[in-house]
Amino acid sequence: MNRASGMHAGDHYFVPEPSKYPIVGSVALLLFGSGAALWLNAVPAGRWMFFLGIATLIFMMFGWFGQVVRESQGGRYGRRVDKSFRWSMGWFIFSEVMFFAAFFGALFYARVLSVPWLSSGDNAALLWNGFSGAWPTAGPYAADPFTPMAAWGIPAINTLILLTSGVTLTFAHYGLLNGKRGQLKLGLAVTIVLGAIFLALQAYEYIHAYEALNLRLDSGIYGSTFYLLTGFHGMHVTVGAIMLTVMLFRTFAGHFSPEHHFGFEAAAWYWHFVDVVWLLLFVVVYWL
Amino acid sequence: MAAVTPDQLHGHHAPRGVMRWLTTTNHKDIGTMYMIFSFIMFLSGGVLALTIRAELFKPGLQVVQPEFFNQLTTMHGLIMVFGAIMPAFVGFANWMIPLMIGASDMAFARMNNWSFWLLPPAAILLIGSFFAPGGATAAGWTLYAPLSVQMGMGMDLAIFAIHIMGVSSIMGAINIVVTVLNMRAPGMTMMKMPLFCWTWLITAYLLIAVMPVLAGAVTMILADRHFGTSFFNAAGGGDPVMYQHIFWFFGHPEVYIMILPAFGIVSQIIPTFSRKPLFGYASMVYATASIAILSFAVWAHHMFATGMPAAGQLFFMYATMLIAVPTGVKVFNWIATMWRGSLSFEPPMLWATGFIFVFTIGGFTGLICAIAPIDIQVQDTYYVVAHFHYVLVAGSLFALFAGAYYWLPKWTGHMPSESLGKLHFWCSMVFFNLTFFPMHFLGLAGMPRRIPDYALQFADFNAIASVGAFGFGLSQLIFIVVVVKCIRGGERAAARSWESAEGLEWTVPSPAPHHTFEEAPVVR
Amino acid sequence: MGRAGRIAALCLASSVSLAHAEPHARYNLQQPVTGIAEQINDMHTLMLLICLIIFVGVFGVMFWAVFNHRKSKGAVAAHFHENTAVEIAWTIIPVLILLGMAWPATKTVIAMKDTSNPDLTVKATGYQWKWGYDYLQGEGEGIRFLSALSTPREQIEGGAPKGDAYLLEVDNPLVVPVGKKIRVLLTANDVIHSWWVPAFGVKQDAIPGFIRDTWFRADKEGVYRGNCAELCGRDHGFMPIVVQVLSAEKYAAWVAEQKAKAAATASAAPSAEADSAPATAPDKG
Ligand code: HEA
Ligand code: HEA
Ligand code: CUA
Ligand SMILES: [Cu+2]
Repeated sequence: MNRASGMHAGDHYFVPEPSKYPIVGSVALLLFGSGAALWLNAVPAGRWMFFLGIATLIFMMFGWFGQVVRESQGGRYGRRVDKSFRWSMGWFIFSEVMFFAAFFGALFYARVLSVPWLSSGDNAALLWNGFSGAWPTAGPYAADPFTPMAAWGIPAINTLILLTSGVTLTFAHYGLLNGKRGQLKLGLAVTIVLGAIFLALQAYEYIHAYEALNLRLDSGIYGSTFYLLTGFHGMHVTVGAIMLTVMLFRTFAGHFSPEHHFGFEAAAWYWHFVDVVWLLLFVVVYWL
Repeated sequence: MAAVTPDQLHGHHAPRGVMRWLTTTNHKDIGTMYMIFSFIMFLSGGVLALTIRAELFKPGLQVVQPEFFNQLTTMHGLIMVFGAIMPAFVGFANWMIPLMIGASDMAFARMNNWSFWLLPPAAILLIGSFFAPGGATAAGWTLYAPLSVQMGMGMDLAIFAIHIMGVSSIMGAINIVVTVLNMRAPGMTMMKMPLFCWTWLITAYLLIAVMPVLAGAVTMILADRHFGTSFFNAAGGGDPVMYQHIFWFFGHPEVYIMILPAFGIVSQIIPTFSRKPLFGYASMVYATASIAILSFAVWAHHMFATGMPAAGQLFFMYATMLIAVPTGVKVFNWIATMWRGSLSFEPPMLWATGFIFVFTIGGFTGLICAIAPIDIQVQDTYYVVAHFHYVLVAGSLFALFAGAYYWLPKWTGHMPSESLGKLHFWCSMVFFNLTFFPMHFLGLAGMPRRIPDYALQFADFNAIASVGAFGFGLSQLIFIVVVVKCIRGGERAAARSWESAEGLEWTVPSPAPHHTFEEAPVVR
Repeated sequence: MGRAGRIAALCLASSVSLAHAEPHARYNLQQPVTGIAEQINDMHTLMLLICLIIFVGVFGVMFWAVFNHRKSKGAVAAHFHENTAVEIAWTIIPVLILLGMAWPATKTVIAMKDTSNPDLTVKATGYQWKWGYDYLQGEGEGIRFLSALSTPREQIEGGAPKGDAYLLEVDNPLVVPVGKKIRVLLTANDVIHSWWVPAFGVKQDAIPGFIRDTWFRADKEGVYRGNCAELCGRDHGFMPIVVQVLSAEKYAAWVAEQKAKAAATASAAPSAEADSAPATAPDKG
């Protein structure tokens, strides 16, 4: 503790003491993974292992992140550590970008390559009875017609919501930088609410798609890419919203100073990343 | 100075027994665990390989049934790649990077612990899948759809194992990137960094970029298997070949993930035993970076037989061939380092020299595979098996042994037995070539890979390869003896254990104390 | 030098064996019977030679250093660690060598892709674990049959003596005329297979739901054998490909015989459309 304040800053790097949380997390993922595999194969115990895994994971996160927060509040992180956090969050987000890239790649491949191939030449003539292949499609064997998503209803509203949330988050950040805690709290709260509305609309849209449009996970490649892309995005919005909520609680607890608030910034970066992904989604999944 | 270190509990405060290992945040402990884990995985993967070789010893089915044979092949590949080679290099990174750049530990010591402790659960899922109904996945380590969609529960376990290993790798990679970028001692500029750190920095970027893509690929398989999606099903507008594109977008950089740190290790060792500075340091850095960048543009050389348009084949062929240039630069630099040096051949140098020699053979056969028309003949034959064992076993694994012999004094405080080290090397070298060289002939003559039984004209080379494999496996027991003896005792190692070794790691005592560089050293 | 010598000798042996027309290749690619396979063969020999020469050159230098610049022989280390000219040279020269390799390869790639104007078109469908052949166009149009491993189980699992064509024999080989351009359309019914006949220099994956094509023109009559070359499940190792190349007259006779047989079965049982089900119907709702 005396180090960060007393000794030459930057020379001494904080190294945490031994911790039990990682091994708890490992047990959690073991339960989660094996539970999921069992559940998917209709082994009854699987489901409980799966949920136990998730519960353990949540326990780990509370403990671990709580400790990080305490260490941070205790002033044990010097500037070097702060910089480490920045680098790591940046590259973590890059890895997330690559995860989405796999699914965007699949969408791109289907639209630009595989569907046109299936609907032309020998493929269409010999195998698929002259499949016409206009996008959106459930593929040449589609038995069950569906109505594709329209871009200019809820998705467009959701786009506006997310864009606005980016602005309100920046508003909160300025509040933090200028020492205006009220502005910070207001901005964060509004951002979280916008995120929640987004998720609610998204949930409504899914139900609508399943019930009214007959657009399902098994609606061929369109359904596959639509649900996995928007689904993973939705999961990321959820995580982002949780992160922001934690930041809101920390704000109420008096954490963060205008100079020292990387936790907030990390959540904000993440939120903006989720935003950008949505913009891409809106353009290539809903609109074009 | 140690007395006032509240951050990390010392000796008497720290948990003892198992808890020490379960909870440790010390990069040396974690590095050690990585290496022990990976060696156990190497033995497990090796046992599977020996079962494969036993079945292939002569024509006909003797030892295992075809379905189980495919499980063996698949799990051998997965275990060796994800369980043995990759974690071993991460172990080296953990142990050596902080020592080499003068850092007190890794940037995120707690997360570092988690990166390691995710591996045993993944290994449990993977190896446990042998006991799942239907057995382990038998779709090949490449898990091509739609075969992988057909598999049983073992496939799901493998998918989740891959997810967990991916999380581990990404966290490990981020840790290494941040450590290298942010934790260097004053004066340790990037272009003064030991090459091992450079190669690992670049490898870490590869990991961050491609592990998530693999996660995406196997997630799509999971969805196709259980949720009715059609990513890899033409009937729904998808394409099985799409899986291959996504997989190899990961898969090709992955093979460089397994060789770049090896290049780093060899680049540390050659100058030491040549008693001469590394030739062309800067060009080594640029060559490593070029290999990494090019590796993103060559993936479809694994797919020449899928029937890509000619333009695609040509593009991927040219791009692949280009990789020979930076790799050549490396080989030439090593040899130029040895040229007019004052060479001696202690075990590390022996392994490193052997590495250059046999790895290059593997590189050349890679180049031959890269020629699309020739690859049409050798794709999915034992020629490819020969190619990649030359680069993976004689490349990655030999470099790991070289590094182990090089740094064992630093880890244990004792010099490894020179005579046993040499014996290990020569046995490995002879049996390695006995095992894998004949596979070139098998492949050219037309023996497909991943088959439990083969036509009669392939019998003699297969017999030779099987004998070689058992010899190679037994030779690895020598290494266990070396390490155990080295831990137990032996000639005490000096801080600078090798006469002309350069670098910060040789300025701390051997064995390296639990905590090093708590006050950063100043480099020149 | 012993190891290098041994490898060089083996490689030499392999290029020598090329000259002898062995029934079964042992060290090298199988005896080519199409122009493409010939080109591949020559290209491989060329590549091997170039690599061998570079190898000997590079490792000649290394072993020279290994033997002569030893500390135990009193060698004192020099101190150079850079030489721009040399470094540029060993970057540029490999590029030039690679260009030399790429040129013939490019020509062959383009030739391999040219499936236009075939004399005969056959569709081959991969099943777990057999091949279905369908003569689509040309002499023999309409002929279709399945082709599966014919090696008896006792030879594989039991102690029965193994025949000459162990695992490389089928009940109904694909039959084609000599000297004619045969276009093969490939698809599969379940998982990916790969249709490979080494002597023809042809390997093409059979992808469920897609048609891919390749071609060959066999210059010599005979029986040519290959394997499925993509892991396709349990019996991947047991789905060989046998192609019988016949003279024009014998081929005509074979076609006539097949037609007669088909007519006979057609009158007996009207529908034999078993293997014309749509490829990869989705297995779930
Ligand atoms: C450590 C791992 C590693 C490394 C380093 C490499 C390196 C290379 N690989 Fe390899 N490869 C694999 C692991 C690796 N590979 C694996 C695991 C597979 C199979 C996967 C599977 O299907 O299961 C595979 C398969 C594979 C294929 C597909 C084969 C097939 O399935 O049909 C191809 C094709 O292009 C290929 C090419 C290359 C090339 C060109 C290099 C180059 O990087 C090599 C460059 C090096 C040199 C060329 C030698 C040194 C250079 C000189 C001395 C300079 C002078 C030389 C000249 C100018 C010629 N590899
Ligand atoms: C990544 C590294 C790696 C390593 C180190 C190895 C190591 C070995 N590999 Fe592996 N191999 C792969 C990666 C690797 N392999 C991959 C990716 C595939 C493709 C999989 C696929 O097709 O999907 C493959 C496929 C593969 C095949 C082809 C299988 C097929 O197509 O059906 C074969 C066949 O011979 C083989 C053999 C061996 C052998 C003999 C070793 C030996 O080097 C192993 C030596 C080690 C030991 C033997 C263990 C140590 C010793 C003991 C435990 C003591 C007991 C010993 C005795 C009693 C003798 N491997
Ligand atoms: Cu069919 Cu392999
Ligand atoms: Cu590759």
